Amino acid sequence: MIAEFGLAALWLAAALTALQLLAGSLGLSARGAVLGGVVRPVAVVQGALALLAFLSLMALFATTDLSVKLVAENSHSAKPLIYKLAGTWGNHEGSMLLWVTVMGVAGAFVALVERRLPEPTMLATLAGQAFVSLGFYAFLLLASNPFERLSPAPAEGHGLNPLLQDPGLAFHPPTLYLGYVGLSVAFSFAVGALVTREVGPAFARTMRPWVLGAWLLLTLGITAGSYWAYYDLGWGGWWFWDPVENASLMPWLAATALLHSAGVLASRNALRAWTVMLGVIAFSMSMVGTFLVRSGILTSVHAFAIDPLRGTFILGLLAIDIGGALLLFGLRAGTVTEGKRFAVVSRESALVFNNVMLTSILGIVLVGTLYPLLTEAFGEKVSVGPPYFDPMAALFAIPMLIVVAIGPLLRWRRDRFGRIGARLIAPALLALGTGLVLALTTYIALLPLLGLAMAPAVAVASVLPLLGRELRRTPLPVWGMVVAHFGLAVALFGMACDSAFTQERLLAARVGDTVAVGPWRVLLAGVAPVAGPNWTALQAEMQARYNNGGTVVLHPQSRTFWAPPQTTSVSALRTRWNGQLYVVLGEETEDGRWQLRLWWKPFVTMIWGGGVLVALGGFLALIGRVASDLRRIVARDKIAYRRGRQGR
Amino acid sequence: MPPAPYAYRQLDDPRLEAKAEALMETLRCLRCQSQSIADSDAPIAGDMRNQVRLRIAAGEDPEAIRAWLIQRYGDYVSYRPRLTRLTWPLFAAPLVLLALAALLLRRRFRKGDAA
Repeated sequence: MIAEFGLAALWLAAALTALQLLAGSLGLSARGAVLGGVVRPVAVVQGALALLAFLSLMALFATTDLSVKLVAENSHSAKPLIYKLAGTWGNHEGSMLLWVTVMGVAGAFVALVERRLPEPTMLATLAGQAFVSLGFYAFLLLASNPFERLSPAPAEGHGLNPLLQDPGLAFHPPTLYLGYVGLSVAFSFAVGALVTREVGPAFARTMRPWVLGAWLLLTLGITAGSYWAYYDLGWGGWWFWDPVENASLMPWLAATALLHSAGVLASRNALRAWTVMLGVIAFSMSMVGTFLVRSGILTSVHAFAIDPLRGTFILGLLAIDIGGALLLFGLRAGTVTEGKRFAVVSRESALVFNNVMLTSILGIVLVGTLYPLLTEAFGEKVSVGPPYFDPMAALFAIPMLIVVAIGPLLRWRRDRFGRIGARLIAPALLALGTGLVLALTTYIALLPLLGLAMAPAVAVASVLPLLGRELRRTPLPVWGMVVAHFGLAVALFGMACDSAFTQERLLAARVGDTVAVGPWRVLLAGVAPVAGPNWTALQAEMQARYNNGGTVVLHPQSRTFWAPPQTTSVSALRTRWNGQLYVVLGEETEDGRWQLRLWWKPFVTMIWGGGVLVALGGFLALIGRVASDLRRIVARDKIAYRRGRQGR
Repeated sequence: MPPAPYAYRQLDDPRLEAKAEALMETLRCLRCQSQSIADSDAPIAGDMRNQVRLRIAAGEDPEAIRAWLIQRYGDYVSYRPRLTRLTWPLFAAPLVLLALAALLLRRRFRKGDAA
């Protein structure tokens, strides 16, 4: 019953989306103007219906209704409730339903609250949003129906991949999806502004909170995903340049560029065409990412060819949406002027420079991710991994970091280096000094060395914009920028430290043996079996001492799930302010010893701490922007009210 | 069969181990989705780690070991793509991007100067 209800809601939502597209498009012409009035209410109802469909699927997962194929294939009655619920989006159909739901709800929100743009632009925006949504509804209903029944219903479900049964991962995909879909709103605004040729500061201001929100969620999602990979995969790596990771990094890079150029457009009325272009690119990258992850093309081009329907469908959507938007851009680019000019040395220039650097890194990641697929199509399998991505990305990231340090100190429009030079001496000397000392006294590879030299300098430079300001009256967005740039430096420091200073021990130890790793002495005190709700495990007790401090106990496990049967190692971590001790229990050797893996990773937690700071910066800026928007609305209403009274 | 001796054990000489480690991080586990042999639990990754460590300990050059593995398993095994007839665009990409970036920035700033 619930399944049928959900399916009906989904079909109805799709039909309303078609209506939204039609009414929105026709409403733009003089004769169809009367239709324009229905667009907003339709968008709201559409969003509500999509939400209903999603909640129905969640209810099916919560009650483990095995007569629904999706539940039977991805859930199990013995799973803890939180993973049953997380199972809703832990599969292809459910995640696509989440996608259209978030898109629908975001569209409904825009339709409800957004009043700043001229009504035609709003109609075009909502029509654009409906156009993209409609494609995904079609994909769901025709090629990935989440509510399909199974007859007869099986006695028990297949279960969820144990790697995914982790609280971090339960919330990682929805965070990323919220980010992706937030960018769809930016995309629709860009399309709307292009259609009505209203690309200006008002457009940028309207779009900016959405970009900020999407960007901070992407930042959190990527940060959480990286930490998950770090502790769950059990080898201490935190970034693999894996295509799935790249799929989330690419929209983030584009959104970062978009955020900064929308800022220039909002406050300086410059970079119009560039901002619109980035708006299109950012969501395009989200769709490319979805295509990569959801089509199965990543495992192999051949896996894609075996079940080509879904992949072809997404590829078609990709071509229509991106191609259409780019075509529109091409047609209108001539009429969108670049806007106000600025000198070579100016805040705008620094932002343009970093936009170009970010886009170039995006280009590298895109080429490196797609290239193996291309060669495989030619019958040759190659791998593109860290030895390619690291130096190539650094090529653009290093100049970018230098400009991150300098740019915020520059004035808009026109400035001189002479004016800010004095303030930059300290960070410059700091970078040179750190770099020289490390190069002469240690043996560290070039990239971590550069990272270690630049991170403190960028950190110091990032707080310089606060110098001479009255801190209490500094606007929130400025605080946001400072915190985000500081977070970038913190993350960079963590990455460089992990590469440069990690200590590793791999060995087979007997119970009673003590292992030294970095400043730690770790005693393997015992190994005993334990049981959980849907797994059994061998658990080691390890007693660790930092230098000669007190003993801390760690319990790494080798865990065996029984639905589906699979063994994973669950690492144990001990976090200190200056790093993490990371221990993993492997298998038992034939002579009764235990495979152990231990790492001491100085300052590694700063990678994710920095990521969280970056997101926090985005959050502060978002609050600041929304608050000032609200204040403006209230002020406007007051003026209108007074005028009304005077008129009487 | 028990895992090979150096699958889960480091070389005693830290310098050699560092060398082996650096190489292992750029070799792909053939059974996993996207992991290097340095961070994979798959048996084949263990065997390959053992091979790499033994050969490094025997004084072989890391790049010679990579070449040997490529000969055996194909280009797929190395995360560092070689420059070939098929892969040159991969290396041209950053140059093209640099040129594009330079062009774009030059055009912008020329216009800017005119203002």
